[in-house]
Amino acid sequence: MADEPTPKQPEQRQPTPEGQPGAHETSAPKPAEKPAAEKPAPPKKDAPAAWPKPLDNEMVRRFRRRFGDAILEAVEDRKQAILVVAVDRLREIAEYAREEEQFDMLTDLTAVDWPKREKRFDLVVNLYSFPRNERLRLKAAVGEQDRPPSLTPVWAAANWLERECFDMFGIRFEGHPDLRRILLPEEWVGHPLRKDYDILQQDTAWVRENLGIESGQ
Amino acid sequence: MAETPTRHVHFPGMDTTVLGADEIIINMGPQHPSTHGVLRVKLHLDGEKVIGSECIIGYLHRGVEKIAEHRSYQQFAPYVDRMDYVAAVSNGLGYCEAVEKLLEVEVPPRAKVVRTILTELQRIASHLLWLGTHALDIGALTPIFYCFREREEILKIFEKYCGARLTTHAFRIGGLQYEVYDGFEEDVKRFLADFDRKIDEYEALLTTNRIWVERTKGIGVLSAQDAIALGVTGPVLRASGVKWDIRKAFPYAAYDRYDFEIPVGSHGDTYDRYLVRMEEMRQSRRICLQAIEDIPSGPILGKVGKVMKPAPGEVYHSIEAPKGELGYYIVSDGTTQPYRVRIRPPSFINLQAFDTMVRGHLVADVVAIIGTIDIVLGEVDR
Repeated sequence: MADEPTPKQPEQRQPTPEGQPGAHETSAPKPAEKPAAEKPAPPKKDAPAAWPKPLDNEMVRRFRRRFGDAILEAVEDRKQAILVVAVDRLREIAEYAREEEQFDMLTDLTAVDWPKREKRFDLVVNLYSFPRNERLRLKAAVGEQDRPPSLTPVWAAANWLERECFDMFGIRFEGHPDLRRILLPEEWVGHPLRKDYDILQQDTAWVRENLGIESGQ
Repeated sequence: MAETPTRHVHFPGMDTTVLGADEIIINMGPQHPSTHGVLRVKLHLDGEKVIGSECIIGYLHRGVEKIAEHRSYQQFAPYVDRMDYVAAVSNGLGYCEAVEKLLEVEVPPRAKVVRTILTELQRIASHLLWLGTHALDIGALTPIFYCFREREEILKIFEKYCGARLTTHAFRIGGLQYEVYDGFEEDVKRFLADFDRKIDEYEALLTTNRIWVERTKGIGVLSAQDAIALGVTGPVLRASGVKWDIRKAFPYAAYDRYDFEIPVGSHGDTYDRYLVRMEEMRQSRRICLQAIEDIPSGPILGKVGKVMKPAPGEVYHSIEAPKGELGYYIVSDGTTQPYRVRIRPPSFINLQAFDTMVRGHLVADVVAIIGTIDIVLGEVDR
């Protein structure tokens, strides 16, 4: 489960020279990206347009006033508002977003794995406000051993979404009423959407025992 | 609840180790015909009344999101058709538009209008399949024959357009896969011409049918408050009285050009969801009628390269699929393959409301409630 280097650049905002393709992922050839990954700061011409622009509006200021340093970053990417927040205050921020900022619906909750970062997961929470007809995305970095707060008490919709997130990434949500796998069998070993879980990998022991076949491939 | 031994059934917040004299736990599915695929439901019953339920899903899990990370943007497009396989065109539209947003590509107006027409036809086809099977589950045998008769016409149009009836892969990132065939307008117009009379036929069979009304009114009530808290979208949300449709809230494709209404219900029960979907079919017809009259000329594909390398960053884009909000959250790391594709499946999230809807009802109503959510397991499990 160590930081296995992947051919892709893990962090898009500060492209560093060490993002080299050291080890190939065993399967799924990725021919076209190789040249791009070799150079530290690849397509310069695309870069300025896509760099997330800092976002500063009334709402962001309200969040900042209320939570100060816990709002690590406020950016806009493809005209979509993103708040990067500290995970230990995520629950409070979520409650505030629902109660005061009227983000009454949790549209989606998921994660992205960046194995080279110190905190490997980005927890991504997509919110929608009916009264304001506006979307907001909260992001929080979560380490492998961290236990982010469950948002199920804030939005009931988080229940299954957090279970899926646990199933696929192995993120354990603190205070979730019923944190079990949801899509994979309960005894399955491994979390498939992690970057170090190979696309052809499977829990062979489980497959052999429960399906009576040598391989599911 | 302390020191419970191994439990066979797990109901959150409920002690199922000790069952009352009239309590029983039964298993429905995954091979039950009314579960519309491979949904398995464990029901905790008191006599014939449901006092708890648990959905067990994942039988159709194929790891679509994992596959996406190992395909190029174009290569992944056909995979999305296999999620909600009765509304493949809508899946494709959502994915293509999300990637276009990520690439910041503009789609030509002609492509937008053709996309709108095909997607609305797909909505009608999806609702027809829902109506037929839902009515069949409840015991009305006739509607499905009527529904399939019209759905067939739509599938024929798809087949003529792109060669496939079900997993169409109709669109391409940046526009359309194919130019429309000669006679497309006539085919669509011919279908639309008497389709509202066909809807009247279905309604004549059901809307005032006493058995249908008894079986659906007051069944599976979902309040607007619960629906929002549970993240429910689509016709299920609208039947609970929330007037929200992404086609109006965040117009995409060419929807901002056309007049149409968003039907809403008031009771949030199975009957209201039926009425909402019936009206949605009429509104889809209305959109198609406006769109088919005025398809702009011009190119069908925007300026997209053969190698797609979106600049690093992320985007969330969602559309109003027949089942609800279908969203794609795509993270790019500047290479030709997406770093992460997250699909927000409407069926999965709507199914979470099942437990709220089913408690207090009879076993026979469970079938009606599964039908009324309109799930497709290919999308629930991905």
